[in-house]
Amino acid sequence: MTAIDPTAHLTAEQIEELGRELDVIRDEVIADRGEKDAAYIRKVISAQRKLELASRGVLLFSIFPPAWLLGTAGLSVAKIMDNMEIGHNVLHGQWDWMRDPKIHSTTWEWDHVSPAEQWKHSHNELHHTYTNVIGKDNDLGYGIMRVDEDQKWHPLHLGQPLWNFVNACFFEYGIAAYDLELGKNLQKRHRRNPEFRARAKAVGRKIRKQVLKDYVIHPLLSGPSFLTTLAATFTANLVRNIWSHSVIMCGHFPEGVRVFERQSVKGETRGQWYLRQMMGSANISGSRAMHFMTGNLSHQIEHHLFPDLPSNRYADVAVKVRALFEKYELEYVTGPLPKQVFSAWRKVVRLSLPNKKPKVKTPAREKELVAA
Amino acid sequence: MTSAALRSRAWKLLEMVTTPLLPSDYLDLVSPLRAGADLRGRIEAVHPETGDAATVVIRPGRGWRGHTAGQYLRIGVDVDGRRLWRAYSITSPTGRPDGRITITVKAVPDGKVSNHLVHRATPGTLIQLDQPAGDFVLPQAKPAKVLYLTAGSGITPVMGMLRDSEVDDAVMVHCAPQPQDVIFRNELHGLVADKKLRLTEVHTATAGRLDIARLGELVPDWAERETWACGPAGLLDAAEEHWTEHGVQERLHTERFRPRTVVAGDGGAVTFSATGRTVDADGATPLLDIGEEAGVLMPSGCRMGICFGCVTPLKAGAVRDLRTGEITEAEPGVLIQTCVSAAAGPCDIER
Repeated sequence: MTAIDPTAHLTAEQIEELGRELDVIRDEVIADRGEKDAAYIRKVISAQRKLELASRGVLLFSIFPPAWLLGTAGLSVAKIMDNMEIGHNVLHGQWDWMRDPKIHSTTWEWDHVSPAEQWKHSHNELHHTYTNVIGKDNDLGYGIMRVDEDQKWHPLHLGQPLWNFVNACFFEYGIAAYDLELGKNLQKRHRRNPEFRARAKAVGRKIRKQVLKDYVIHPLLSGPSFLTTLAATFTANLVRNIWSHSVIMCGHFPEGVRVFERQSVKGETRGQWYLRQMMGSANISGSRAMHFMTGNLSHQIEHHLFPDLPSNRYADVAVKVRALFEKYELEYVTGPLPKQVFSAWRKVVRLSLPNKKPKVKTPAREKELVAA
Repeated sequence: MTSAALRSRAWKLLEMVTTPLLPSDYLDLVSPLRAGADLRGRIEAVHPETGDAATVVIRPGRGWRGHTAGQYLRIGVDVDGRRLWRAYSITSPTGRPDGRITITVKAVPDGKVSNHLVHRATPGTLIQLDQPAGDFVLPQAKPAKVLYLTAGSGITPVMGMLRDSEVDDAVMVHCAPQPQDVIFRNELHGLVADKKLRLTEVHTATAGRLDIARLGELVPDWAERETWACGPAGLLDAAEEHWTEHGVQERLHTERFRPRTVVAGDGGAVTFSATGRTVDADGATPLLDIGEEAGVLMPSGCRMGICFGCVTPLKAGAVRDLRTGEITEAEPGVLIQTCVSAAAGPCDIER
């Protein structure tokens, strides 16, 4: 819905050819998946468990500041690993091919208040199918924010920088709420729907378990360190929430990423679907450690093209995908984390105000934003 | 409070600490073979037997209940990162003092698991185990006269029996292409030297296939002997026919490594509704294989229609039993054996 369609130069035949080339990239990885990949995910899972156990062990003595710092840092990293490189990707079915019932999308549960089952539906089925389609993809502003000039402005949008900040701090609850589609389901006519009530109960149970573990049992086990451990687990959850919120904002919010009309996805071909994923996602550039901590969602474009390929392969896939962007003269939106976070936040703030006139952006202005 | 109740409380508390994981997820990191864990084993050695067969020595987990000679064992091995399950006969005697068990595997052409075990498996590798199963065993009261009729790797369950207990009068007829293909040849000849076994080797590469009608020339009193037969389907089919013809079929005990016949029809689109996947299937491939290929978590067992370890609800559509050609249509409560059922048109499997 930007003024200039950056894919306008492609013919229908070129778009399908692009789709076929992407299929080849996908098939190559699938044919090559094997022992090394399996060893990778097992190593990550084992490392995460050891780190979490060790950190919680150290936190039993969190009354001593060095122990608090070390334990909190370790637990924050462990929670991020659980949610990002492990949970998100296992729940995508990236490791289902191993046929290991312990590492499978249908059996996995994560350190998160949204039960895996519900998250899989809203994330895998809705967000990944309708990526960046206004009105269909709830990830787009989580139903509480205005994310595109063409969306009508409402005075409530003035508060969206604040909503976004609060959402970042309690991100896992935000996710749980929108997996439940609370906005829709709290309306009077939906509230008594038995299916919704069952799902709400499941979320309630999951929240209770998570809260009990982090804010009651673990602090109690810490004895005299009760309060400091409580503060530590709260901090670790906060760090995890803000981190994952930032990474996910970078995936679809930075300037240069396109959103789509409901109408535009009707009767979409495979090539067009691929193209929407390419134009609707943005990457983060950085070190291997950074990619790892984002769960390789820093390769958001590649992840959206091939959501079920093992995450450890996205870095290699990205080289080939980027070459296709160049071949087809498309803009590959990427940048370092701080820059992308800033860009996404600037958009949130800008769109909290009514559009400046003229409403339609000039190509020059778009160029400048993309480059920013 | 009793100690059991205390333990269960302590376990509940632990679960509250480890949620959403289980305490066992952490214990598995350090002690995968402990009592109470999922049954696993560790490969401790691999000894070559012939050019394409090897004996794998396994230390089973503490939950191993022990086997009866002649039984088989299902193992789950990660080959190229994929977990594949196969059944192999146990070749070690019962109650080995060191607590280990052995299976003996012959590498078959295109056999993913057998080639991996024979040529590439390394000591220290963890594998998944099932408790032993199978009724191809000697009875408690040992029969006086026994015939073992085996071919190729069909010798493996019988070797488990020979090593486990002696019978007064044991005869074996074993078929293999050439002398060097006979698994356990030295040990068999040792038994012969000790007069514990009479052995006839049929070398099929030179002598041709065993003609079951002429078994009487090798073992004149075959019809009086309790017989345990294991080998390819051709041999077992012929034996069953022969024993039935002579009215002594109750003396014949057979063990098959593969299901008997394949009746194929048209396939269809198979939906695995719990996983949310739909794939095209032909009418000859078992739904178990189709599901596994598609990354669906399929329970599996003997893979030949015996153990019912793979049964799954059929929610919609129809499937064909590959052994009989019989069609089963979906109704509430209908369960199918995915290892011997193929799609007969579009169908929906609850996995």
